[in-house]
Amino acid sequence: MAYGIKLHIWGDWALFTRPEMKVERVSYDTITPSAARGVLEAIHWKPSIRWCIDSIQVLKPIRFEAIRRNEVGSKISAASVGKAIKAGRTDGLVNYVEDDRQQRAAIVLRDVAYVIEAHFELTDRAGPDDSVGKHLDIFNRRARKGQYFQAPCLGTREFPASFVLLESGACAPPVHEALSGERDLGWMLHDIDFADGMTPRFFRARMIDGRIAVPAFASAEIRS
Amino acid sequence: MSTLSHRYEFVYLFDVTNGNPNGDPDAGNLPRLDPETNRGLVTDVAIKRKIRNYVALEKEGEPGHAIYMQEKSVLNKQHNQAYAALGIKPEAKKLPKDEAKARELTAWMCKNFFDVRTFGAVMTTEVNAGQVRGPVQIAFATSIDPVLPLEVAITRVAVTNEKDADKERTMGRKHILPYGLYRMHGFISAKLAERTGFSEDDLQLLWRALTNLFEHDRSAARGEMAARKLIVFEHEHPMGNAPAHVLFDRVKVRRINGQDDSPARNYADYQVDIDRDKLPAGVSINEIF
Repeated sequence: MAYGIKLHIWGDWALFTRPEMKVERVSYDTITPSAARGVLEAIHWKPSIRWCIDSIQVLKPIRFEAIRRNEVGSKISAASVGKAIKAGRTDGLVNYVEDDRQQRAAIVLRDVAYVIEAHFELTDRAGPDDSVGKHLDIFNRRARKGQYFQAPCLGTREFPASFVLLESGACAPPVHEALSGERDLGWMLHDIDFADGMTPRFFRARMIDGRIAVPAFASAEIRS
Repeated sequence: MSTLSHRYEFVYLFDVTNGNPNGDPDAGNLPRLDPETNRGLVTDVAIKRKIRNYVALEKEGEPGHAIYMQEKSVLNKQHNQAYAALGIKPEAKKLPKDEAKARELTAWMCKNFFDVRTFGAVMTTEVNAGQVRGPVQIAFATSIDPVLPLEVAITRVAVTNEKDADKERTMGRKHILPYGLYRMHGFISAKLAERTGFSEDDLQLLWRALTNLFEHDRSAARGEMAARKLIVFEHEHPMGNAPAHVLFDRVKVRRINGQDDSPARNYADYQVDIDRDKLPAGVSINEIF
């Protein structure tokens, strides 16, 4: 791990939805590698690099809270947009929310903090002037200054993530004692395989003293 | 219309007097509470709804400011014939083969609909017209201090059903907070604004919407709600010049009148301090009101 990064992230709420409980959303116990990758990509990403999460350190006790909200059930159809374009007017293109109400509960995480350890690899879209060092510098510079492409979030956009870069050699934030010992978090989403028609892939998450070692995406431990 | 060249964060303070700012459907429409701290909550989507309503009012029918997610009208759905018109073959939930087509649809939606341009939208049914991530991101608003919901029983001197005619009156309940001052954080990404065409004018409209958010949202349930403060951090650099949480920490809201453990009952019980000392280079503070 000669060129890894460590990012400390935290927030008041988080929602890393379990794919098997999406209607009334229930969060995983911790951030998934996929969500962690999203946080890093919100700070710096180019098609020429691919973030790989190496480990996730959970810093605070795992606590849940329920929130129920009014949501809409439908999405805009491309067809009606096309029709409105043709007609050149917007008045027929509308979604009346009362007619399309769904009240959905979400079981969200409360008061979370993590340290993400990650590195990146160059993809086949990397040009001659893309080097690992260059992108690493860009990421570190941005994270140090608090710059981002868009505000990173903890699972969903209403739960923003604050972040601080942990410089190499900096002392790690303390881990709450409630997390000591070994816990099996079961099968957890590792990431979506976009190269293979968006197939989700899972891994067996084991948390040892709050730390989850994340296997490489291509390793044999990953199932789909 | 020029798109944004700066990143913004904002702190928005609003209060409620004898009203319910945001009912919790899980708790029989009691004002939302954070069960751990007893602080009041207002969800992000509640505020976004009001922003949409304000823009719909101010820009009634103006081109480019239609609102996609609307309230209260006759449902007018139109589907399917458009496929023929556009020559797209409906395929179950896949990207249209012609990605340019999808992009064209998305771009058109952004151009015409304020809420799509601002908050984004997911456009996928039979054909995937793409997803728009809007530049404006809003977090939950929480009250500064714990709030205490009151249950107020009220009577009505009329009845709805014939069978209750001998009762002559019915009882109802209202849930109110005597007072609550709420704080909300928001984020605006210059880079996503570029992609959706969210412009300087849109930004001014958003500030106007937040300024007058509750002036056009009066109702029996809401009581008196008022926007109290809008503090905007503008970054010189489109990617930003300072961490958001560091800037948010510069705005401190504290009790001044009365004991700390006595309930606050109006805005004068609080003081808002903005630390303008040694701002990070390239960050400026703008107090909209």
